[in-house]
Amino acid sequence: MKENNKEENEFVRKVANKEYEYGFTTDVHTEIIEKGLNEDIVRLISQKKGEPDWLLEFRLNAYRHWLTMRQPSWGHLRMPEIDYQAISYYADPTKQKNGTDAQNSNGEIDPELKKTFDKLGIPLEEQLALSGMAVDAVMDSVSVKTTFKQQLEEKGIIFCSISEAVRNHPDLVRQFLGTVVPYRDNYFAALNSAVFSDGSFVYIPKNTRCPLELSTYFRINARGTGQFERTLIVCDDDSYVSYLEGCTAPMRDENQLHAAIVEIVVMNRAEVKYSTVQNWYPGDKDGKGGVLNLVTKRGHLRGVDSKLSWTQVETGSAITWKYPSCVLQGDNSQAEFYSVAVTNNYQQADTGTKMIHVGKNTRSTIISKGISAGKSQNSYRGLVKVGTHADNARNYSSCDSLLLGSECGAHTFPYLDVHNNSATVEHEATTSKISEDQLFYCNQRGISTEEAVGLIVNGYAREVLNKLPMEFAVEAQKLLSVSLEGSVG
Amino acid sequence: MLEIRNLHASVEGKEILKGVDLTIKDGEIHALMGTNGAGKSTLSNVIVGHPKYEVTEGTIMFNGKDLLAMNPEERAHAGIFMSFQQPVEIPGVSMTNFMRAAVNAKYQAEGMEPIKSTDFLKVMREKRQLVEIDQKLVSRSVNEGFSGGEKKRNEIFQMAMLNPSFCILDETDSGLDVDALRIVAEGFNKFRNEKTSAMVITHYQRLLDYIRPDVVHVLIDGRIIKTGGAELAKQIEDNGFDWIING
Repeated sequence: MKENNKEENEFVRKVANKEYEYGFTTDVHTEIIEKGLNEDIVRLISQKKGEPDWLLEFRLNAYRHWLTMRQPSWGHLRMPEIDYQAISYYADPTKQKNGTDAQNSNGEIDPELKKTFDKLGIPLEEQLALSGMAVDAVMDSVSVKTTFKQQLEEKGIIFCSISEAVRNHPDLVRQFLGTVVPYRDNYFAALNSAVFSDGSFVYIPKNTRCPLELSTYFRINARGTGQFERTLIVCDDDSYVSYLEGCTAPMRDENQLHAAIVEIVVMNRAEVKYSTVQNWYPGDKDGKGGVLNLVTKRGHLRGVDSKLSWTQVETGSAITWKYPSCVLQGDNSQAEFYSVAVTNNYQQADTGTKMIHVGKNTRSTIISKGISAGKSQNSYRGLVKVGTHADNARNYSSCDSLLLGSECGAHTFPYLDVHNNSATVEHEATTSKISEDQLFYCNQRGISTEEAVGLIVNGYAREVLNKLPMEFAVEAQKLLSVSLEGSVG
Repeated sequence: MLEIRNLHASVEGKEILKGVDLTIKDGEIHALMGTNGAGKSTLSNVIVGHPKYEVTEGTIMFNGKDLLAMNPEERAHAGIFMSFQQPVEIPGVSMTNFMRAAVNAKYQAEGMEPIKSTDFLKVMREKRQLVEIDQKLVSRSVNEGFSGGEKKRNEIFQMAMLNPSFCILDETDSGLDVDALRIVAEGFNKFRNEKTSAMVITHYQRLLDYIRPDVVHVLIDGRIIKTGGAELAKQIEDNGFDWIING
């Protein structure tokens, strides 16, 4: 970590007074379907993706159920009115004006799209890729390219966009889709199930350790659209995969909707590590614009001795509503949730997890670090539930809040629901503030206030950052410093 | 050289310094003594630029530069260091990372490349020995869980790392037992060279037995009312301040 520190300081200097770095737009012809949501739109999306009947049926059922539901209002959030008829639900930047695909038969991609991902630090040529990493690059509603597919296929690993998986591996998709997050789960899950477009599909066969870090990069580009990511990861018996997702979007005055579902199935003795570095456009200093990040993520630890770990670094979005959760069904299964959520200016986050203990000797750990600055509101919301048969279940939760300034808010909403006397459930919470004295102490040693905040915040979040894959820990450190620029002083 | 002229400063609207004149030449050690609330800590905080203190009149020049026009970190880069009376704890930030950030900030201000990791660790090792600081202490968070004595030793350790030309020791002896006092004072003496100057704030002669002052000042009610040699500190130790105030 020694070199990181140096790099981080340089970075902070470089971007001082700079705004959101990924706020550019790509000028590429994008096929956008008409605005609005109805059964015809759902059919159109399904038709564009050439889906089988069972999937169209699934979408229509979800849509019909969604119509009966109301948008939830229990979050500690002031949510702007969302006009679901004013959004376009499908935008394809890979379609040329003449209707042909931008990616030709040789697998070459529109140079504009390639340039965009280069600019985001996600090279799509395999020879330029970050070492040890395969990437699925998704822009708006469509996967632009997935790297190292062949190499992974040799091991029987499937890594592709969910649309491609529906075409090439329909039985696998059908077997698992909607089994972890059913469309009836919640309002946004129903919406996603009706209109979802691309996301990634991962299948790791038995006895396989995935040799590459798998990663999906989500980019919103088109105006007036929403993104409805759908990701499904299945890790079969005795296998392992580490998966990472990243996200950015252009700066716009309007709010853009990102309503995603991520489902993870972990079989016997398998292990999945899922990391997120979420940096959607947070809106401007006055709270105008920004992505509404309304996401349902859940893992099902079906097998005995299975493991699932969620790590998230949330710095972006105007609103984050997200609770990556675990159902610990297999005996002796273990789940972890490590989270850093940063809010600045007018950002709002209501995030946390649910740990549902079903099997015996199941263990879960929750480490949540909230950092609030500006006029933002940052809430941790978590449920630990222990079922009647979950003998000897154990949970440890620790929720810390760090406040920068006096106009922001930090809130903790822990829920416990324990139905087994042999369970051990622990919860700890702290709230602290970066004091003027701490900052002055750093200043007197020659360290500027911005750099001091970066040091303190990174120190505070270290326990979580250490859980990220190496390369991303560095990225995340930088991101924390940049997100909090201008928040003190 | 530090030159203070007619310095007036206030905290939260209350005037504390009411016209301080003080010149400290290179290589000189000045002791500053005085009753509680006389303005000793205010003077040192004004020199390092603490934002809580407002300078209403007067000037401070440091090596020909207008110190009051500089922000606290620029003053630090210029060579001013304060050993805090009550060093704060900074949880989560290791001493090593903290020191590296401080050293590199100084290097950058001087237009130099950041220090190499191996060089940095070597310097750390050397300077730790000056004040007998354990390796374990520098891998911990800044001042977190340090004893009173460890905190003060840590201040002198940081001083040695940053190699300032003007040091303020703000009651560095308070709360130290005899052995800790000796370690801290000897650490300071080993660190400094013939060009290093210092302002030592203390209530007690025992620190000045180790760090011999060239000049002793008495600050009462925001003004320096008496200046003398090392013997003045001894007189104060024996007789208190009343004879100066009333004389």
